[in-house]
Amino acid sequence: MANPVESQIKPYTMNFGPQHPAAHGVLRLVLEMDGEIVERADPHIGLLHRGTEKLIEYKTYIQAMPYFDRLDYVSPMSEEHSFVLAAEKLLGITPPKRAQHIRVLFAELTRILNHLLNVTTFAMDVGALTPALWGFEERELLMEFYERVSGARMHANYFRVGGVHQDLPAGMLDDIEAYAAKFEKFVDDVEGLLTANRIFKQRLVDIGIVSGDEALAWGFTGPVLRASGIPWDLRKAQPYDTYAEYDFDVAVGKTGDCYARYLVRVEEMRQSNRIVQQAVAKLRQTPGAVKVDDRKIAPPPRGDMKRSMESLIHHFKLYTEGYHVPAGETYTATESPKGEFGVYLVSDGSNRPYRCKIRPTGIAHLQGVDFMSRGHMLADAVAIIGSIDVVFGEIDR
Amino acid sequence: MNEETLQALGAKIAAALPGAVTGTEIQNGELVVRTTREGLLQTLTVLRDDAGCRFTQLVDITAVDWPSKPERFEVNYMLLSVSKNLRARVKVTTDEDTPVPSCVPLFPAAGWYERETWDMFGVFFAGHPDLRRILTDYGFEGHPLRKDFPLTGYVEVRYDDEQKRVVYEPVKLTQDFRAFDFMSPWEAMTDVQLPGDEKAVIPLGASLRDGSVKK
Repeated sequence: MANPVESQIKPYTMNFGPQHPAAHGVLRLVLEMDGEIVERADPHIGLLHRGTEKLIEYKTYIQAMPYFDRLDYVSPMSEEHSFVLAAEKLLGITPPKRAQHIRVLFAELTRILNHLLNVTTFAMDVGALTPALWGFEERELLMEFYERVSGARMHANYFRVGGVHQDLPAGMLDDIEAYAAKFEKFVDDVEGLLTANRIFKQRLVDIGIVSGDEALAWGFTGPVLRASGIPWDLRKAQPYDTYAEYDFDVAVGKTGDCYARYLVRVEEMRQSNRIVQQAVAKLRQTPGAVKVDDRKIAPPPRGDMKRSMESLIHHFKLYTEGYHVPAGETYTATESPKGEFGVYLVSDGSNRPYRCKIRPTGIAHLQGVDFMSRGHMLADAVAIIGSIDVVFGEIDR
Repeated sequence: MNEETLQALGAKIAAALPGAVTGTEIQNGELVVRTTREGLLQTLTVLRDDAGCRFTQLVDITAVDWPSKPERFEVNYMLLSVSKNLRARVKVTTDEDTPVPSCVPLFPAAGWYERETWDMFGVFFAGHPDLRRILTDYGFEGHPLRKDFPLTGYVEVRYDDEQKRVVYEPVKLTQDFRAFDFMSPWEAMTDVQLPGDEKAVIPLGASLRDGSVKK
């Protein structure tokens, strides 16, 4: 008979999710608990796996675009951005200046869109409901901008290889400017509810601390990396499109805990707002085309198709066969709101990608949940998941 | 990053790792380092620790399937150096049966990336601490991103009202799967032989219009 003193107590295994409001989608977390202390966290992912990479191999480059909106459905246009830059690199084309400014403008609006959802639902995870209600109202205004340029609130499919689908509608810049002028006040209001809030700080400060070296070794990027004190931002370090022309600061945290990650995101919203205001000013001074002047890549205007046989043929060829991308490969990454979102695109010279590997941002962060939550309470694990900003559309692909 | 700097760095890496690195090249302005399975860990260690490289961050691991090649899988390691602001891609090839050494001891981030590559391609990583499937369903068979895996898969699921559970069944397609080939004979197909093309080839020795003889 075993001595009761020496017998091992098996840790209590708990299943968290996949249908849990704090799991941010379909995360299933198998937690080994010692009482209320997490000993090991084993995230089970893939419940939203749709085989996006396989599907893209069977689609032309134009048809592959909409899949990117559906990866990280909280920041659709940022995902499109990586893909169009990768394809443009293989094709060796550069979109016109105005198109690049529009892409920067919408990438930054998307960053605000993403951080609004993350910061406010993060607050909801730790018990504050009001910011979420306010944030959704603000997000709706941003989605109206999405709708006005692309026709869709969320799955925009607006960026194109060689530019953007169409120019901004009349009066849109004025509305974005008016929105940006008021947005700073909104961030102040949210901060007033959260930043110095005693309960909010008790839940976040010193929870899930990640040192700078750990963040690098575990492949963290974006706000999570910056919160650990590493000043790394692809918009500054490896600028794409016209980011080099913009004046903005990179928010860097000091402590690497959940609270620092919250602070970095709030500051990034303010910086994005600055970029949006500059982009509006630049767009006013940059008239011109929004697509490359190459009928093999960009479709002709609709009006031309009614009169010109050649335009009609170009349109037909473009939307059936697409364009052939020279054989080659590239890994192109952008600073999406969540971190480095990369596309590894391999072309064999045909009109379809031979391989399109999507490097999601959240997978590295979610992998780190195990070491971040060890020794913390169960409720802190919820705070950690909220702070790393996971969206399963992109993690599972 | 300009190409000369990358080329110099590539030459330096190749010189520092004789035997392990089989070649370096610049593709679309990106540094590519080719290595062997045996030399992989040594290469990654040098790239991570050398003062001129400092590729401390492993951004991603993925594979590309080229079924016609003798070693069909090309495993890619995307590296990022935050301090030097550089990127590099390390390539190693393997087939279905030969394992690639796991780089989890060097980069903890590799854990899930290697699990994903195993799940999607069936590339085995020797020495991985926990090589389970990651993205596919519990009990899934096959490796979906291989080129010989059909897009539709092999099984489909539905809820069976009589058994009161989800059941797996072979895929039934109401319409045959159609893979459209948009290849056009008019453009961008310089190295493709279409039916009838052989008739256009002028045989050697035939007399041409200008009176000369085809050589």
